[in-house]
Amino acid sequence: MSVDAKQAPREAGRAAVVQMRGISVEFPGVKALQEVDFRLLPGEVHALMGENGAGKSTLIKALTGVYTPTAGVTLLDGREVSFSGPADAQDSGISTVYQEVNLCPNLTVAENILLGREPRRFGAVDGRACRARAAELLADMGLHIDPGSVLAEHPIAIQQLVAIARAVAVDAKVLILDEPTSSLDQDEVAELFRIMRVLRDRGVAILFVSHFLEQVYEISDRMTVLRNGRLVGEHLTADLSRLDLVSLMIGRELGALAEVERLAGQAGEEASTVPVLQATGVGRKGSVAPFDLQINRGEVVGLAGLLGSGRTELARLLFGADRPDSGQVRIDGKALHLRSPRAAIAAGIAYCSEDRKGEGVVADLSIRDNLILAMQAANGWARPIPRKTKDQLVEKWIKALDIRPADPDALVGKLSGGNQQKVLLARWLITKPKVLILDEPTRGIDIGAKTQIQKLVAELAQEGMAVVYISAELEEVARLSHRVVVMKDRSKIAELDQHATVDDIMRLIAHVDERSEAVAA
Amino acid sequence: MTSTRPLDRFRSSPLLWPLVALVVLLAANAVVRPSFLALRFQDGHLYGSLVDILKNGAPTLLIALGMCLVIATRGIDLSVGAVVAIAGAVACSSIVGAGDPTSAKAAFVGMGLALALCAVLGLWNGFLVAALRIQPIIATLVLMTAGRGIAMLITDGQIITVRNPTFRTVGAGFLLLPVSILIAVAVFVLVAIVTRKTALGLLIESVGINPEASRLAGLRSRTIRWTVYVFAAICAGIAGLMISSNVSAADANNAGLWIEMDAILAVVIGGTSLAGGRYSLAGTLLGALIIQTLTTTVYSMGIAPEITLVFKAVVVIAVCLLQAPKVRAVLLRRTPRRPARPVSDAEPAAAQHAQTPTASMVEKVAQS
Ligand SMILES: Nc1ncnc2c1ncn2[C@@H]1O[C@H](COP(=O)(O)OP(=O)(O)OP(=O)(O)O)[C@@H](O)[C@H]1O
Ligand SMILES: [Mg+2]
Repeated sequence: MSVDAKQAPREAGRAAVVQMRGISVEFPGVKALQEVDFRLLPGEVHALMGENGAGKSTLIKALTGVYTPTAGVTLLDGREVSFSGPADAQDSGISTVYQEVNLCPNLTVAENILLGREPRRFGAVDGRACRARAAELLADMGLHIDPGSVLAEHPIAIQQLVAIARAVAVDAKVLILDEPTSSLDQDEVAELFRIMRVLRDRGVAILFVSHFLEQVYEISDRMTVLRNGRLVGEHLTADLSRLDLVSLMIGRELGALAEVERLAGQAGEEASTVPVLQATGVGRKGSVAPFDLQINRGEVVGLAGLLGSGRTELARLLFGADRPDSGQVRIDGKALHLRSPRAAIAAGIAYCSEDRKGEGVVADLSIRDNLILAMQAANGWARPIPRKTKDQLVEKWIKALDIRPADPDALVGKLSGGNQQKVLLARWLITKPKVLILDEPTRGIDIGAKTQIQKLVAELAQEGMAVVYISAELEEVARLSHRVVVMKDRSKIAELDQHATVDDIMRLIAHVDERSEAVAA
Repeated sequence: MTSTRPLDRFRSSPLLWPLVALVVLLAANAVVRPSFLALRFQDGHLYGSLVDILKNGAPTLLIALGMCLVIATRGIDLSVGAVVAIAGAVACSSIVGAGDPTSAKAAFVGMGLALALCAVLGLWNGFLVAALRIQPIIATLVLMTAGRGIAMLITDGQIITVRNPTFRTVGAGFLLLPVSILIAVAVFVLVAIVTRKTALGLLIESVGINPEASRLAGLRSRTIRWTVYVFAAICAGIAGLMISSNVSAADANNAGLWIEMDAILAVVIGGTSLAGGRYSLAGTLLGALIIQTLTTTVYSMGIAPEITLVFKAVVVIAVCLLQAPKVRAVLLRRTPRRPARPVSDAEPAAAQHAQTPTASMVEKVAQS
């Protein structure tokens, strides 16, 4: 492709690479898309916007042949196409990273990146060339991990980067990224955007989904907005203010962003000094260096740090998901033997994992069963939660978090990513824990719901719950937390008080020269 | 409108096609042999081909029930056939060795011993799978191969025959219906109540669908997996008692041979996926009946018994093929893919039905 993107004005004069007309997709009982038109031009970054469940992922899957539309036509370079699946789409030059990381956890990073197109020597896969090529691609993204390591060993953010590397590795003319940045740090996002710009200037058409408005405004040229499965507008990014965008997305003339911001949670008054959880010297070899941590009643403690700094690992230790091999944890002054998550739950700790597909929701169970799962497990098998209590709880939480569809019998695996996240969150809130550990709770959640959740966290803390809040978004951490624990290279390096700003945190973790090592460890 | 709703529900039920298949099989038999459906009442007992099918199917059903729960947790138990042989061997040799081999006491002691040993074998399987995390297919393969050897050791390589009226009741007795049917039904009802009226069924499914998420939600994944293997072994034990009681003998070589295949097949035909998770006890019941009817059909149509295995093999292949996403996609594509034209609500649903594994599979078998 030799379209000179810099010369041509971004919009005019170019034929669309992808054009979809009147696309409808239906699932039993759900009209996920209704007569949506969409076009994607070469050499543009196009943002697909909408609330959770608006149909963004569905549109992408309709394009790549995962779902068969019940109506509509798709044109690629002006020719009508209908792909039989992602592989077929890929053969035609459409490379996709789906919202849920879709790799083989048992294979190595290199194998995952090059699966199906491994360099060969004398007909056999050339392992060394494979790893070298993978390392090159990863380095391109500023990622220095061992390509020979098994994928499952890496945190979800790295897996996401690997998926992106895999998609970028092919010379595609269309690159689709469904929420690629949902668990990335600023640095990784910057790196990704750099690559996206290079590809765009080469003439690749890029479709991008994100709930971060700043990112969308930074990278995209045009956007298409969906609401409840319908197209509500296609605009040049420059022509659409954030205010208008949000109004389009949620369909109300809300005093939009200002209002949303005002509603957002803030760290409340001074938290109490009554400790709920006290960890002394808790650590685990190869995971997190021994650390001390105290969390008080009604306090939100933020965990900040770069990718691979040990945020998630620390949380897992506190929950007994990984067994600590040193130190002690006390809850309300009582020593707690962290043998298993079960023991932690019994003591009043809850942990909402960042990996909602692998460690969170149980896809083939209904919303109802997923919501009550932790509570039921704590009750034991012999004491089923009475139907009535169950229905009340489920109804209450579906409403409270605005889970859509509001049908308790819907299978969780069929929900949109953001709604799955809400189900997971509600599962833990139902257990009324003393200490709630939230690992990226707003990952993949739309801005309306995000502020809703932040507000909820602030409220819960006011009611006395102790919250550990992990997020790659430092702004969110700084705003919500009474105290911020900063992690680096798998150890706790500092604790900042309520007045900590994003800059303070950044300064502490800024010396990124050893970062690659931290990631590889 | 309202009147059609239960019908719609029934039409979209996964049990529909297994049920249809069973009816078709029975009808085919009735056509070939009109006496097939006849029931006779004689000396307070019910006789007839249908009763025979139920009676002969009882051990398979029992084992399939245990297998169903094991499969729901993403496992599989290949050792049930060997456990059948061991149960028979222990019971018979204990009865023969008792002071009075015809007494009720000897029978109860023998059966108690057998079931206790089966529970231990189940613990062993569970230990390998849940505690040592060995893949279920390998873990249970150990007992599958070693089990018959153990049974041979117990019986000294001989076929042990017993003459104990109490023991004989289990497999060959009558209480209006054959006792073995009653036992199987009782176990079925018990399992249904215990798993569906408590939260056990939910927890089992959850562990099967996503073990790690379940562990993090506070489920005792390990205990649950362990328990289902013990349950499966006990079911196999009861089935073993039935089989050896029916012939009043313990045959270490042939008792329960290939029964694990029948059980797995019954579970799968009943709509429970080998990938674990959602399971259906009612489906398993239908599956077991289909398998037994299939076997009976082959026998009664005078086809050599060896051919039965070939039929079952065909069934296995068909089931596996139809469970493969790719094959399904190919089959499904044919109908709904007519772009640019809205498809009416009913159509895709109907198309899906036409592809249900069991239907086409059983039709294929029934035709041949
Ligand atoms: N396989 C499916 N079966 C049934 N319903 C589905 C399926 N996939 C998606 N849906 C429904 O279609 C609607 C659109 O979902 P989609 O995943 O496209 O949302 P999204 O815009 O990507 O949201 P998010 O921002 O949360 O990822 C939702 O209501 C969802 O529940
Ligand atoms: Mg999505």
